[in-house]
Amino acid sequence: MDNKKEIIRVDQLNKSFGDLHVLKDIDLTVMESEVVVLIGASGSGKSTLLRCLNFLEMKNGGEIFLDGEKINKSTHDLNDIRQRVGMVFQHFNLFPHKTVLGNVIEAPIHVKGENKANAIKEGKKLLDKVGLEDKYDVYPSTLSGGQKQRVAIARALAMKPEVMLFDEPTSALDPELVGEVLSTMKELAEEGMTMVVVTHEMGFAREVGDWVVYMHDGRIIEYGHPNEIFDQPREERTRSFISSVL
Amino acid sequence: MAAIMHFFDVFINSYDVFLDGLWITFKLSLASLVIAFFIGLFFAVLKISNIRILEWIADAYIWIVRGTPLIVQIFILFYGLTDILLIPMFWAGVAGLAFHSGAYIAEIIRGAIQSIEKGQREAGRSLGMSTSLTMRRIILPQAFRRAVPSLGNQFIIGIKDSSLVSFIGMQDLFGVASTMGSNSFDYLSYFFTVAVYYLFIVLVLTVLVNRIEKRLAVSD
Ligand SMILES: Nc1ncnc2c1ncn2[C@@H]1O[C@H](COP(=O)(O)OP(=O)(O)O)[C@@H](O)[C@H]1O
Ligand SMILES: [Mg+2]
Repeated sequence: MDNKKEIIRVDQLNKSFGDLHVLKDIDLTVMESEVVVLIGASGSGKSTLLRCLNFLEMKNGGEIFLDGEKINKSTHDLNDIRQRVGMVFQHFNLFPHKTVLGNVIEAPIHVKGENKANAIKEGKKLLDKVGLEDKYDVYPSTLSGGQKQRVAIARALAMKPEVMLFDEPTSALDPELVGEVLSTMKELAEEGMTMVVVTHEMGFAREVGDWVVYMHDGRIIEYGHPNEIFDQPREERTRSFISSVL
Repeated sequence: MAAIMHFFDVFINSYDVFLDGLWITFKLSLASLVIAFFIGLFFAVLKISNIRILEWIADAYIWIVRGTPLIVQIFILFYGLTDILLIPMFWAGVAGLAFHSGAYIAEIIRGAIQSIEKGQREAGRSLGMSTSLTMRRIILPQAFRRAVPSLGNQFIIGIKDSSLVSFIGMQDLFGVASTMGSNSFDYLSYFFTVAVYYLFIVLVLTVLVNRIEKRLAVSD
């Protein structure tokens, strides 16, 4: 149909914590500039899947490909791989001992070895982009949740990742702050960033998502365009989940 | 009244010998606590290494320090180091005190490291930072901040414990008080005098630690 590049491919991924089988035979492909939204009940394995994609958790079976290349602990330095896969967490996880700008330039300087002046210039640009041009030098503790999450997005973008993973980026926010984070994410998607987003914001999924993946009990139950999933789900389980969250 | 006047007399007239003692206590405490800090950091990292043998070594060290009186540790290190290795008395005293405080500092630092939220480590790792870089740049700076009150407290204990080196013959504050007391048979006045010196040191340190705590609180 089109000749976009494949960014992430997951092939028969399995993951267990001890006896608990959390991800079961997951197949998933994310093409360049696509936004894939993962939905599903709490405990269905969405976070674990994201965490396997950037190797914060180690898979027990199956394969993960990045840019068509099979990634393995034995053949790759996972620190290099993680630089290419940005992650935004539910609870922001900003570095409290560093200023906003300090958070953003930390990894470019100390991981990529970028020159400091350049990292600062780029970091400020990113902060301007997420609407925090007046917050460079304050500490994260002085920010609202929405501002914190936008710093976290800028921090991840500073590594120029090929794909961004979002794990319920608005779930810890007061309702009135959700919009500012979603609109930052939407802009990012419009610029062509490849994104995998776990969220309960169905409006965002419908509007911004290219694909929606419904997970239940460690399996992908249904996969389709937002309209298909929201308006005519094939599976009964998808239908009941959707009606429970809308 | 006369007794109080007498104490002041002793306090004022003895200042030069006590200042010599104070200087020794100061050098001894500073050297031993700096070394103890690095010993503590080292064993704290062993304890969280998830490598069984390293954890076991750290446990053994902490167990030995906790399980024996400081005075015994000082005597063993003093005779061991000065008789066998011919190390000067001052450094033998430093070694004894550092060996002891190191274990408590290790536990303080380990606790502080483990109190840092798991998300901090994950955020570092997700940016491509290695385990050791994440430890150095993200976890330890936060852990040290959190540990400042406990470390300050341990430093105060360390300074007071340094008085035990007088038993290996050092003329630190307490050594000076003992010598002056036994020379004059006026033990009480000299021990009161030395108590005032210790109180003063601890007061200064307490104020300093509070300052540092306030300074570090800007980011919280
Ligand atoms: N580190 C872990 N150790 C053990 N069990 C875990 C761990 N992380 C997640 N789980 C379990 O895996 C299952 C899926 O969790 P998760 O991926 O967080 O689901 P979701 O993000 O969809 O809510 C849950 O049952 C959870 O308790
Ligand atoms: Mg989750």
